[in-house]
Amino acid sequence: MENFTPWTSLAGGALLGLSAALLMLFSGKIAGISGVIAGVLTPQKNESSWRAAFIVGMILSLLIVMPFGFSLPDISGENILLVSLAGVMVGFGTRLGNGCTSGHGIIGLGRISKRSIYATATFMLSAIVVVFIRSFFGAI
Amino acid sequence: MSKLKFIRIIVGFISGALFGAGMIISGMVDPNKVIGFLNISGNWDPSLMFVMGGAITVFAPIYHLVIKKRSTAINGDQFAYSNNTKVDGNLIWGAIIFGAGWGLAGFCPGPALASMGGGTNIIFAFILSMLVGIVFANQYLAGRFPLPFVGYREQCDL
Repeated sequence: MENFTPWTSLAGGALLGLSAALLMLFSGKIAGISGVIAGVLTPQKNESSWRAAFIVGMILSLLIVMPFGFSLPDISGENILLVSLAGVMVGFGTRLGNGCTSGHGIIGLGRISKRSIYATATFMLSAIVVVFIRSFFGAI
Repeated sequence: MSKLKFIRIIVGFISGALFGAGMIISGMVDPNKVIGFLNISGNWDPSLMFVMGGAITVFAPIYHLVIKKRSTAINGDQFAYSNNTKVDGNLIWGAIIFGAGWGLAGFCPGPALASMGGGTNIIFAFILSMLVGIVFANQYLAGRFPLPFVGYREQCDL
C-alpha cells in the first residue's frame, strides 16, 4: 500500500468527471477516449473537428499540469513487443465492445447503463485475471 | 464558422485538456500503478478506485440532475448517448479482449493519449498498435476480416 495516492487520484478523477460532464452538457458528446480516436479514423460530418480538438487538448495537457509539479512517469523500460501486442488488443477490444475505461467506466456507470455495467465488470475481471497469471509466472 | 461549430470545437479542446490533466494528476498514466491496482493478490494499490469514484461522483449528479432533463445540449446538438440495453457477444468479447490488453501492459486509451507529450517510443508503439487494432475491429464488424476460431462475421445480425 506504500504507493497509495488517494488525494491526487480523487482530484484527478474529479477532473475526468468534470470534463465528461462539460463535453456532454455543452455539445452532447461522449468523452469516451476509444470512441474519440476511432471516430477520427472513420470521419462523419460534424463529428471530426471536435474529436481532433479533444485529442490536441489531451496531448497538450502535460503542459498545463507541469507548472504544478506533475510529470509523466518513466516508462522507457517497458517491453515494446508486449506493449504493442497490448495495443492491438486494446484497440480491437474497445471497438468491438464499444468503449473503454472512460466511456463505459465513467460515463456509462454514471448513467447506470446496463451495457456499461456488464462491460466494466468484464474488462476489470479480465484484466485482473491476466495480471494474476503474469504474477503467477513472476512477470510482475 | 458557425457559432454551433465553434462551441463544439472549443468545448472539445477544453474537455480534452481537462481529461488529459485528470489522467496525469490521478496517476492513471503510470502503468505500474494500474498493474498495482489490478494485482489484487499482491501489494494492492486501491488508488484507481478513487479515480473512478471521483469521476463518477462529479459526472453522475450533473448527468442526472441537469443533462438528463434537457432535450438537447446547450449548443443545440442532440445528445450522443444511446439507450441500448442489449448485452451481446460483441460487448462481452470486446471487454474481455480489451481487459486482457489492459492487464498485459497497464495502458488504456485515455492515459496513452495523455502520455503522448512525454514522447517515449513505448507510447507511440502503443498508440500505433491501438490504431491497427481499431481498424481490424472495424473491418471485422463490417464482415471483411476473419478472426481465428470465429471466421468472418455474419452480416445478418446487424
